[in-house]
Amino acid sequence: MIEPLGKDLLGLEPLSGDQIRLILDTAEPFKEISERAIKKVPTLRGSTIVNLFFEASTRTRVSFEFAEKRLSADTVNVASSGSSVSKGETLVDTARNLEAMRIDMVVIRHGASGAAQFLAERIESNVINAGDGTHEHPTQGLLDLLTLRDHFGKLEGLKVCICGDVLHSRVARSNIWGLKKMGAEVGVCGPRSLLPNCIDEMGVTVFSRVEDAIQWADALNVLRLQLERMHAGYIPSLREYNRVFGISSERLARAPKDLLILHPGPMNRGVEIDSDVADGPHSVILNQVTNGVAVRMAVLYLLAGGKPELADAAKGGGGR
Amino acid sequence: MTDRHTIVLDARAMDRTLRRMADEIVELNDGTDDLIIVGIQRRGVQLAARIVSSIKEREKADVPSGALDITLYRDDLQTVGPRPVVGPTDLPWAIDGKHVVIVDDVLYTGRTVRAALDELADFGRPRRIGLAVLIDRGGRELPIQPDVVGKTVEVAKRDRVDVLVAELDERDAVILAGAGDT
Repeated sequence: MIEPLGKDLLGLEPLSGDQIRLILDTAEPFKEISERAIKKVPTLRGSTIVNLFFEASTRTRVSFEFAEKRLSADTVNVASSGSSVSKGETLVDTARNLEAMRIDMVVIRHGASGAAQFLAERIESNVINAGDGTHEHPTQGLLDLLTLRDHFGKLEGLKVCICGDVLHSRVARSNIWGLKKMGAEVGVCGPRSLLPNCIDEMGVTVFSRVEDAIQWADALNVLRLQLERMHAGYIPSLREYNRVFGISSERLARAPKDLLILHPGPMNRGVEIDSDVADGPHSVILNQVTNGVAVRMAVLYLLAGGKPELADAAKGGGGR
Repeated sequence: MTDRHTIVLDARAMDRTLRRMADEIVELNDGTDDLIIVGIQRRGVQLAARIVSSIKEREKADVPSGALDITLYRDDLQTVGPRPVVGPTDLPWAIDGKHVVIVDDVLYTGRTVRAALDELADFGRPRRIGLAVLIDRGGRELPIQPDVVGKTVEVAKRDRVDVLVAELDERDAVILAGAGDT
């Protein structure tokens, strides 16, 4: 018996391998729903979900919104600009006010690490972390795992190297936790200034040369150079970064096998990844986006319902 | 445990029953044209496959078949919570204007069939939807009636009827599990 996920999804670090596998397995049948003419099932009919985005996001917000709508939930989007947040309301006050309007779930994206947990401990609704600071972005980690599993059939023993700006990347952290729990080997590669100090304690192989990483890995997860977080001169210049760490087809041609290429987006073409690689035959970047909707549907489904007090009221029924 | 098991159908009787059901489905449809057989996950899918192969044997016709998982159409998510495993739905045929026959193992409250009807409506508008069940155990909570029944059994509410299929359970049988065995 697998331990239920609980009220919230805050990160992959607190989950067990079995729980992660449950989410990935549950995502499989959800893929089919998005291929139907009527892309909708009534599962979350009557549930209200608030997407609370304090940071810019297109892919993740739209992906969550599609996932919610394809499960028939009612959704409301709140962005920090144009809302009472810009008037100085605190996170908890905003959420409690939303909760007073009887909502069931909050999907939160926030610039501060730990914001999702902070909120989850203070409201009754289910909280899903859609990225908090440099901490975790669990649904991105899950969709990366699903895309890798689709391609390789399994995650055990797989060698995945996360390349680039690991320091600022919540995607990297969720990937490292998730991959290791599923029995994969994880490498990281990037300039030392963009690797966290604690990286040696995370049980990963550190490559300082991208050529070595390419020799070792089965798949590369190429991270975005987070230009908006680059205030402190982590790298000399974008051109130099591209020359030393950029993933180019010339570099990949020297690999002993074809490497699967992932990128969580948005891409800086010509910086961390060259266009011919991003659009090349081994790129699964758009598969990741497709899988994102299925994974988020699975998470919403697994966190929803199961209210014991309602179960008592509705005793009997069910069955065949 | 004070369980008592009664065999309702053994493997041979189950095979015979499924063949008769296949014949009745063809009769109901007046042939095999426009017929689509859809099994409900899980054991309905295996039963549907048996019915399809029986029709092929007797009528020399390949009847298209599909699988439906109704988990996401259940009406009890808010009360009992998510079922751990959702099976695949695989309905690669256009069902508009066709005669769809739903196949399930046990008909009880009718709630599964209600969910299956809702799900089918999301795939198209069949000319007719029929229902074939291996076991009808009564106890309906919704106004739903089967068109083709393998066997009707009268059982108490607390009893359980288990359909076993070789593909999943290593043998074919229908077993009535009495009270105490839960």
